[in-house]
Amino acid sequence: MFDWVTPELAQIFFTVFQAVVILLVTVLLAAYLSLIERKLLAWWQDRYGPNRVGPFGMFQIVADMFKMFFKEDWTPPFADKLTFRLAPAIAMGTILLSMAVIPVTATWGVIDLNIGLLFFFGMAGLAVYSVMFAAWSSNNKYSLLGGLRAAAQTVSYEVFMGLALMGVVVQAGSFNLRDIVEAQSNLWNIIPQFFGFCTFMIAGIAVTHRHPFDQPEAEQELADGYHIEYSGMKWGMFFVAEYIGVVMVSAMIVTLFFGGWKPLPYLDFIPSFVWFAVKTGFFIMLFVLVRGALMRPRYDHVMKFSWLVCLPLTLVNLLVTAAVVLLNTPAA
Amino acid sequence: MAENATLDTALPQVVSELFAQFGEGTFVVQPTKDDVPTLWVTRDKVVEVLRFLRNVPKPYSMLYDLSAVDERLRTHRYGLPAADFTVFYHLLSIERNSDVRIKVALSSDSLGIPSVINIWPNANWYEREVWDLFGIDFEGHPLLTRIMLPPTWKGHPLRKDYPARATEFDPFMLNAAKQDFEQEGLRFNPEEWGMKRGTADEDFMFLNLGPNHPSAHGAFRIVLQLDGEEIVDCVPDIGYHHRGAEKMGERQSWHSFIPYTDRIDYLGGVMNNLPYVLAVEKLAGIKVPSRVETIRVMMAEFFRITSHLLFLGTYIQDVGGMTPIFFMFTDRMKAYDVIEAVTGFRMHPAWYRIGGVAHDLPKGWQKLVQEFVDWMPKRLDEYVKAAVKNSVLKSRTIGVAQYNSKEAIEWGVTGPGLRATGIDYDLRKARPYSGYQNFDFDVPLAHNGDAYDRCLVRIEEMRQSLRIIKQCLDNMPEGPYKADHHLTCPPPKEKTLQHIETLITHFLSVSWGPIMPAGEASQLIEATKGINSYYLTSDNSTMSYRTRIRTPSFPHLQQIPAVIRGSMIPDLIAYLASIDFVMADVDR
Repeated sequence: MFDWVTPELAQIFFTVFQAVVILLVTVLLAAYLSLIERKLLAWWQDRYGPNRVGPFGMFQIVADMFKMFFKEDWTPPFADKLTFRLAPAIAMGTILLSMAVIPVTATWGVIDLNIGLLFFFGMAGLAVYSVMFAAWSSNNKYSLLGGLRAAAQTVSYEVFMGLALMGVVVQAGSFNLRDIVEAQSNLWNIIPQFFGFCTFMIAGIAVTHRHPFDQPEAEQELADGYHIEYSGMKWGMFFVAEYIGVVMVSAMIVTLFFGGWKPLPYLDFIPSFVWFAVKTGFFIMLFVLVRGALMRPRYDHVMKFSWLVCLPLTLVNLLVTAAVVLLNTPAA
Repeated sequence: MAENATLDTALPQVVSELFAQFGEGTFVVQPTKDDVPTLWVTRDKVVEVLRFLRNVPKPYSMLYDLSAVDERLRTHRYGLPAADFTVFYHLLSIERNSDVRIKVALSSDSLGIPSVINIWPNANWYEREVWDLFGIDFEGHPLLTRIMLPPTWKGHPLRKDYPARATEFDPFMLNAAKQDFEQEGLRFNPEEWGMKRGTADEDFMFLNLGPNHPSAHGAFRIVLQLDGEEIVDCVPDIGYHHRGAEKMGERQSWHSFIPYTDRIDYLGGVMNNLPYVLAVEKLAGIKVPSRVETIRVMMAEFFRITSHLLFLGTYIQDVGGMTPIFFMFTDRMKAYDVIEAVTGFRMHPAWYRIGGVAHDLPKGWQKLVQEFVDWMPKRLDEYVKAAVKNSVLKSRTIGVAQYNSKEAIEWGVTGPGLRATGIDYDLRKARPYSGYQNFDFDVPLAHNGDAYDRCLVRIEEMRQSLRIIKQCLDNMPEGPYKADHHLTCPPPKEKTLQHIETLITHFLSVSWGPIMPAGEASQLIEATKGINSYYLTSDNSTMSYRTRIRTPSFPHLQQIPAVIRGSMIPDLIAYLASIDFVMADVDR
């Protein structure tokens, strides 16, 4: 009956199945993150947070989705229609694609690219187009200012985001994320690559436009910046994309610096995907805590910090790592 | 000679200086119920006199207030120069700690007076307001347009022939054409706002911020001319919150106007009642018992704390810290619980009365107040540690929107904004009212005059307010909560059923309201946001003839362009937060 299922075909089915599961989990988790974030912030801020819809407000997200889907999807008459509609799709698309290269466990993952890390950089670089398209096509001065900030910030932060990870690449000798995880079997990268971790963490927050690097939307200054003219599900896509970004950057930090699915010593009876999930969850919460705790620096201070502190730090980190690796390599 | 000498010592110093300079014949001295020397001069002399006062040794450097009175229906004007309208200038000298009021009589057929912008830059908005509401022309004013009312408005509402009630107008209607017309009036036209569209080489970018903007703290609009994110120039636009409180003062009884005062600085609660009832008591000649004074001080200080707490929360929020404000709202809840237990209301108790307060303190008030006094200091320490010392907050506010003492005084800045520049001027110390001389407290100062210092001053002020409340708690005098005076309103009820005279007085003062003796009085107080004052003119009637409300936020907003030019948009937001204004306090 199933004799048409060749091993290749089974492999394809399994890969597609994996991809769909990871996609759904990511998107649902991202959507649910809006509730989780509100709850966490509420607890840290001495209040209850959403607690009306369902037990502990768990179905708040359903109510939010209903609202978002049925809200008028309004395109301003003065907007550039094509780019205006394209922008949220790019936001969601690029960030979901970069999720694809992240290895959840040794056997789970959508795609195992040998240049996985470069693919991630590429997608993160493309993501800025969504902000700029949204900002420009809205034909609104607040969104324009937000777009300008986003462009400047992304350029500044992507430079050292790449450099921050070069130390990791040098140590593993590969751009493949699975190889990088495997290379951490003995020692997680957080120890040898501590400065790389710090700078990547900062850059990660900046790239996802999370507070305190939410300069492009800066509610108090630009009243939501680049997506000020968006409503309904288009706005919802920016919103969800931001949370997917949080999940993605957290997963990336775990993969690159915290040994991916690798367990802590003596705790290897816990399944590897649990390890991955727990580590990722920790960083997601950290993102929320940062938002609750910090103020927003001024936009030009953010730029200065990028070029004068983070960039030199990553360069030094890369040079030292390279020197150590060279010293330990036996002469050919 | 001997007679002259005694006369001179009886005269306030500024009056003798003016007499010496211009001769006694130049002035008509008007007796008032407050201590402010009030002199009338003619229109052709006024600029000269004002400039003299501005440059006299220990100068009157602050134009504290400038407004007008429509005198046409006023009956009790003994010995005053004939006038249809009066423009008055209230000057303040911080070095002398004294005021002087200069008045100019104008007749209806030539309603013009020279502008004094060259002497005090903050005369600008005051003169526009007078033009808007009275139709008095200021010759030499660069941009004499409406400021409170929309540009499409007809008439000048504070004139006595302009009706005060909606029932005296035709029914209001708004059709599409009228709506478009009104909308068009709101359109930003750089030329009409005294700005340029660009130079030969470039067009300027204008950004309309407000009246609906998350950091505008109410219906405040400011149009920015930008170069990138740098603010080249800006024009604040106010009036979206204008409710005509001064006009309402002319149609409410002395007593029934009290609730309106609560809503002037809507975060100040009973703090707003204080200058009003003190001014009315000056008119009436009421001296209140010491228990009343102490209760008033205590409740006013409670509102200083709640107002400053909201300032601190929104200030941190405006620089991007979202968490602290929730904690401050918890504290405000606790303060409002005490306020509610004492007054029966939370935000706008309207609880002070002419000659007293509405009722005595409730049983057990000590416990409530004590709980709050014990609760608050620890929380303040925590806020300082967790938020105010944060390096990001410091980098956002230190050196931002800085002005020095001279600029502050020139622009009429009072309150924490003035004390943050290092000037030790707190009316509670400088001119104690309502028994503040009996309290032991410090006046917090800072010296850089930037957005950060304004915050530090306010935090320290909360601590001092707690000290004052603690002293009220420990030393609350016994006695009545109302003065025994026939103009006290409502009069003490206990006496009404024993004498026919007191019964009649009670009946009249409750049904019509008390009649305040003709005269003028003002009272300045150190309110939550700076110096607030009511300048009342009584024409021996149940209602005020003119109620001038001078609020601190009005000059503070006027100063914005002078401070913020050359800064960036985030600096403007931090600056707006550090001013601590509410639009009701600006527009009234």
